[in-house]
Amino acid sequence: MLTIPLPRIGTWDAWRDAARACLAARTPPEDILWNYDNGEGELFATDLPAPVVRGTVKVPADFVEMAKWVVWHNDPQRFARLYAMLWRLRLDKGLMTDRADADLAKLRQMEKAVHRCKHKMRAFVRFRDLRTGGPRRSFAAWFEPTHNTLEPNAPFFARRFADMDWMIVTPDVTADFNNGKLTFHPGREKPDLPDDAAEELWGTYFKNIFNPARLKVKAMTSEMPRKYWKNMPEAQHIPDMIANAEARVREMADAAPTLAPARVARIREQLNETPQPASWNLLDAGLQTCTRCPLHGPATQVVPGTGPRDAALMIVGEQPGDAEDSLGQPFVGPAGQLFDRLAVQAGLDRDAAFVTNAVKHFKFKHGTKRRIHQNPNRSEVQHCKFWLDTERALVKPKLILALGATALASLTGDGNGLLKRRGQIEVSPDGTPIFVTVHPSYLLRLPDHESAAAETAFTQDLRAATNHLAALSSSG
Amino acid sequence: MAMTLDQKLAILSDAARYDASCASSGTTRRDSRDGKGLGSTEGSGICHAYAPDGRCISLLKILMTNFCIYDCAYCVNRVSSNVPRARFSVDEVVQLTLEFYRRNYIEGLFLSSGVVRNPDDTMGEMVRIAQRLREVENFRGYIHLKTIPDADPKLIEEAGRHADRLSINVELPTDRAVQAFAPEKNPVTIRAAMGGVRQHRAASKDRSHTGKRPPKFAPAGQSTQMIVGADGATDATILTRSTGLYADYKLRRVYYSAFSPIPDATAKLPLIKPPLMREHRLYQADWLMRFYGFGVNEITSTAKDGNLDLEVDPKLAWALRNRDHFPLDVNTAPREMLLRVPGFGTKTVHRILTTRRHRTLRYDDLLRLGASLKKAQAFITCADWTPGGLTDSDTLRARFAPPPEQLSLF
Repeated sequence: MLTIPLPRIGTWDAWRDAARACLAARTPPEDILWNYDNGEGELFATDLPAPVVRGTVKVPADFVEMAKWVVWHNDPQRFARLYAMLWRLRLDKGLMTDRADADLAKLRQMEKAVHRCKHKMRAFVRFRDLRTGGPRRSFAAWFEPTHNTLEPNAPFFARRFADMDWMIVTPDVTADFNNGKLTFHPGREKPDLPDDAAEELWGTYFKNIFNPARLKVKAMTSEMPRKYWKNMPEAQHIPDMIANAEARVREMADAAPTLAPARVARIREQLNETPQPASWNLLDAGLQTCTRCPLHGPATQVVPGTGPRDAALMIVGEQPGDAEDSLGQPFVGPAGQLFDRLAVQAGLDRDAAFVTNAVKHFKFKHGTKRRIHQNPNRSEVQHCKFWLDTERALVKPKLILALGATALASLTGDGNGLLKRRGQIEVSPDGTPIFVTVHPSYLLRLPDHESAAAETAFTQDLRAATNHLAALSSSG
Repeated sequence: MAMTLDQKLAILSDAARYDASCASSGTTRRDSRDGKGLGSTEGSGICHAYAPDGRCISLLKILMTNFCIYDCAYCVNRVSSNVPRARFSVDEVVQLTLEFYRRNYIEGLFLSSGVVRNPDDTMGEMVRIAQRLREVENFRGYIHLKTIPDADPKLIEEAGRHADRLSINVELPTDRAVQAFAPEKNPVTIRAAMGGVRQHRAASKDRSHTGKRPPKFAPAGQSTQMIVGADGATDATILTRSTGLYADYKLRRVYYSAFSPIPDATAKLPLIKPPLMREHRLYQADWLMRFYGFGVNEITSTAKDGNLDLEVDPKLAWALRNRDHFPLDVNTAPREMLLRVPGFGTKTVHRILTTRRHRTLRYDDLLRLGASLKKAQAFITCADWTPGGLTDSDTLRARFAPPPEQLSLF
């Protein structure tokens, strides 16, 4: 029988090194007695077998990740169970994925218990300010964990509270973080820590964030078991909070409605002081609350036209897309960006134009990953024509650039035969000339070998429109 | 007389308790090992305490002020309410957050506010608090800012640079209800603000052509909350709405908050016992849609008059209505179908899939894998188990539903 001593501090490293050596020496589990913290007495202590240099010992990463936590469990059999599993893993490499294996299930259960304990320590440790007055502030806490989880947990506290000194004392181990250095010492009895005024404030918060109308004591105790309460300053308030909950709710229900305080009338008056709407304001306000067609429902927001309100050129597209819908601006998505690029080549100044759409809400259906654009139907275009007409009446452009069939349909009442009408100038009912071309999203849908030619044609259209506008402007 | 910090804290945490979210998870990993700051975030959040309402306390959830110029009927802080009012200074919020954090009470700050003067002023001050914490105090814990939808988009953009999470509450499931109960709020503005956050988040993930990353924007995403039971919306309406919200704005979470009694309630909205079970069923349905491959229509198809069954959970309700899919052989069934077995969670399903490569699963194996067989047994077969007539039995539902309660005579 080989007795292997394991220390209380540094247990994981000691067990791992010993297990590695034993495995390399092919020592079977039944020949090893793990002596944790000298629990078996010095008498049986024996030296480790000298590590045998016979190739490296390969262990699945899953096992190491599990063992790292299981060693801190308080079950006296944990080391033997782990080594027995390691012994079996030699011959059955895939064992770690067999969740129905009874030995593995037991170890996983222990791992889960340690993880829970670790997590509860991170949650329920309560530091008190020691007010020592040095350049670094100093805090200390007393904690009673179920398992021996302070050592594996201390680096977490070091990552979190690096700019202060702190100490966590448990019955088994003490962790001390001083000037950025973490050390471990034997545990002790509960230390006498000074009172901390912050605990009273914390109690106030705890009492007031609680909603007495939703009393669910079991939900609380399943996550915050009573055994932790004695070291948590806020827990002293729990009995009163539970006892008074019902009365507080009844009080709320019984209270008669009160009169609003006097300041309400004044505040309401201020809120209603919106400026007298001019026609642009009427347009904006009307658009924002438009429910003429069902598209306002699913869309994020209405996308009104933008640009100088006295622009000579008005550009009309189809409808906002996914990006426009989110940002509330027309022509900012992929088609808008393509348009901007080609407009620069054609010498068309987009910023000088009033840019808008025939339909002001995004129409789409939900795909698996994104929202997929849908063409607006005739009735939707018809409803929204009211707003396009208002925009045109207010801007009074010299020329309108109609992009695509929807814009053409809204502006002239007929969107058929777009490609035949392309490049021509038509006239809207109020006499404004309309230059017809395709929508830039059409260019995006073309196969690669056709897109270059199509972009050139589109750029030529834009140049022709720009020239026409210049001619119109110079003629007065 | 000036209020003490303790009195302010009492008022402004009392006013914040109706916000359901307290999550502190899912942000970037940070720590303070360099010794120059305070705090860390490591993926999963930590619940530092639980109140007797069963809710986790992870963040210091407070209002900057509960003064408010709006008059939302469901809200304790509405202008017409006579609750006591208070206001924190920037410094007070910063100090409370840091001192609580140092004592390991909290993961960080969840700051919300009533609207004072105007939305921009209020939002501006909230942003200042977040900025102080980040840039002056080097605070690396979690910050959640409740954004005010009417505020200048520039302020929301700035908020996203300091905060881990932004949230904007849609408040109520339908636009009509918002107009009725929150007259100053505009559902369109709320949606536009959520759309803006989504766009900023998307842009923050695009590298430039030089491969440089833009600054992080609300790395823990955005969430929203709607109140359940204040208006007449059915569960079908609510779930359809949240499906849309998840898809349209890439929300991390939609929180459902059972309408809960508030002090000094308005006559417009009578107080009710909060529909906690309904809230719970909505969360279960939400989970089924996000992690179990259920479509909203499949869940609401089992709903009577558009509301979910309160007696059995929505997954069980679906299975009871679709018994032709069952019993399922756990040794051969595909993942999508295993996920539909009541009593099997995503982890159990994952374990079944890996373990069945080693062995033919038996009843006891399933217990070890963590399955809840009390529920699952009627819907599965395995090596040594078959439910026989149980799957199609008329009394199957009665085994799960609570026994009918006798009405009290008094």
